[in-house]
Amino acid sequence: MLPASLLILAFSIFPLIISAWLALSRFRLGSEGYELIFVGWSNFRKLLFGSEQYHLLGTFMPTSWLGWLIVAAAIVLIGWGIRSFVASGHVTVMGAIGRLIAFGLFAALAWLFAATIGDKGQIGSLSTTIFYVLLGVAIQFVIGAGLAFLCSLRIRGRSFFRVVFFVPLMVTPVGIAYTFRMMADMTVGPISPLWHWLGLGDFSWATNAWSARLVVVLGDSWQWIPFMFLVMLAAFESQPKDELEAAELDGASSFQIFVDITWPSVAPVAATIVLIRMIEAFKIVDLPNVLTNGGPGIASESLTLHAFMQWRALDLGASAAISYVLLFTSTIICVSFFNFVVNPARRARQ
Amino acid sequence: MSIFESKKLGEMAVGTKIVVYGVLGIWTFIVLFPLYWVLITSFKVPIAVSGGPFYLPFVDFLPSLHAWSYIFFDLGNDTFRPYFNSAVVAVFSTLLVMIAGSLAAYALSRFTFRPRLLTILIFILAVALVIVLVAALGVNWLIAVTVGLALAVIGAGMFRRTPSPTLGNPDILFWMISQRIFPPVVAAIPIYVMFQQVRLLDTHVALILTYTAVNLPIVVWLMYDFFVSIPKDLEESAELDGASRIRIFFEIILPLSKPGLVATSLLVLIFSWNEYLLALFLSTANAQTMPLLVAAQNATRGPQWWYMSVLIIIMIVPVILLALVLQRFIAKGLLVGAVKG
Repeated sequence: MLPASLLILAFSIFPLIISAWLALSRFRLGSEGYELIFVGWSNFRKLLFGSEQYHLLGTFMPTSWLGWLIVAAAIVLIGWGIRSFVASGHVTVMGAIGRLIAFGLFAALAWLFAATIGDKGQIGSLSTTIFYVLLGVAIQFVIGAGLAFLCSLRIRGRSFFRVVFFVPLMVTPVGIAYTFRMMADMTVGPISPLWHWLGLGDFSWATNAWSARLVVVLGDSWQWIPFMFLVMLAAFESQPKDELEAAELDGASSFQIFVDITWPSVAPVAATIVLIRMIEAFKIVDLPNVLTNGGPGIASESLTLHAFMQWRALDLGASAAISYVLLFTSTIICVSFFNFVVNPARRARQ
Repeated sequence: MSIFESKKLGEMAVGTKIVVYGVLGIWTFIVLFPLYWVLITSFKVPIAVSGGPFYLPFVDFLPSLHAWSYIFFDLGNDTFRPYFNSAVVAVFSTLLVMIAGSLAAYALSRFTFRPRLLTILIFILAVALVIVLVAALGVNWLIAVTVGLALAVIGAGMFRRTPSPTLGNPDILFWMISQRIFPPVVAAIPIYVMFQQVRLLDTHVALILTYTAVNLPIVVWLMYDFFVSIPKDLEESAELDGASRIRIFFEIILPLSKPGLVATSLLVLIFSWNEYLLALFLSTANAQTMPLLVAAQNATRGPQWWYMSVLIIIMIVPVILLALVLQRFIAKGLLVGAVKG
């Protein structure tokens, strides 16, 4: 207990304080080592409003129809959230504050997407990271849970599939990034004949912002689907057997059984595993770094990669400030997800 | 154990069966094909890589061992040293984190802790003081830590009787787990500076300690649920027989939680073995680990795919062997943690 606490204290609280201090300073290499000058909020100001805004937040352009669609969806979702909060009858001060923070961040991010996603605009590393998290975790969950469900059926060779599907988790992310670079090569990669046949031979995914981001998501998914698969498989296999039998005797269809018994019994695990993956997905760095080197331009840079690039450029203050942006965003989103999805899913089960 | 095991069920319809096997087969292909591609790339000469997609050895291209001989003989120690480093760092950090993490998880699952908020506050203030002393005033870090620690102990003693709200076990558990949310890049720079101060940069010790801290929350999280699920009567009867707490832990609890221990250690081992970002910050030459060596094959002449493939393969093989041996523990061990999360 004590050693664990001390270790965590030394490696997280302590760096956290130093990081906060770095984020408020400017780092300069001098003749006698280095010096730190306290500059207040200047690092954050530069990132949020100043010369580095394009990098973190993106390039702002007049809102396109897609942007308006995002705004409309966000308004509907937030309205629905407020309505169900008021209707639940448990209106507390803490609940209201929590929702204010969560909805506030959600609205700000939706607006950010809407304002930077237009024709000539470009989304920054913050939006790119959110894109990786949302799309990546969604793909991983759907495919992982689907495969797990199929493997939980009474079929031959389940243990074979279980072992094979586990393999990608063991490959080092750097290796996966290079493997996917080989696989996705448009001229000498294994699927290049397919591209030629489709008439896409001249297209290069690495020079288009969205296709570069998509390839990063695909590589990430290839690695993490096994994790979802393993846990969801264990969850599917531990469903209440008596309920299943009773339902089957009553002549319920397999679809009904899935909706009424299987899904509610695995929902808490599903919510937890999605949360775990979300926490990890926010820290994505190896794949964009190696796969696309953050490019084209800065298009596929995640926040961690952005921070790392600033660190390499010896701009430690900006690097720490970006880290803090990541910390706040991921903490608020993960805690909100825990309170609004994981907890209700668990309570529903009890 | 399948959900359908306990009763008779009509055979699955042939159509369903075809769809199920079809989907599983496609996914098997998606999983294995990239690995197959890496494997054959490791036997290709450069011209066989850049000349276009060649799929089958002996048919499309003539396999060659040039990349393997380069990695094992020409690079020689430059391959084996990172390999050895990775192994040392992964094994020792896994050992450390499992010991510290499972002890912490066990303590949290069995004893009630009520740390006082005031004491914690004093401690945090002391840490802040140490940082200010070292960083801003340039005091030697050994002196500063000693002063900070002494002040914290004196302060905690002085305010021992002052009433203060206390925290409970769930708070401590949540605090430990929440550490996982912190992106390592937040901590990377200060950790770099910290190890620079104590002159441990580019050593095994630095990497082992860092990985231990990074993986600690996962271990506490997964093992806590395992320990909670073990009934307490066993320990109580052992206690009546006069066994000590430590003996109970090592002789009763640990054997019972083997699946959890194995699955968790494997997961942690894989994470440390594959870790890239922190290794990039903390090691340069001496303690360079395998992921860095793989990344380093992207030389000025462009990526050396054939060398990279060899390295990727020799990195995966031991982990796959280990996972195959421990396979039956894995799903079981992960489940308990996730169900109760």
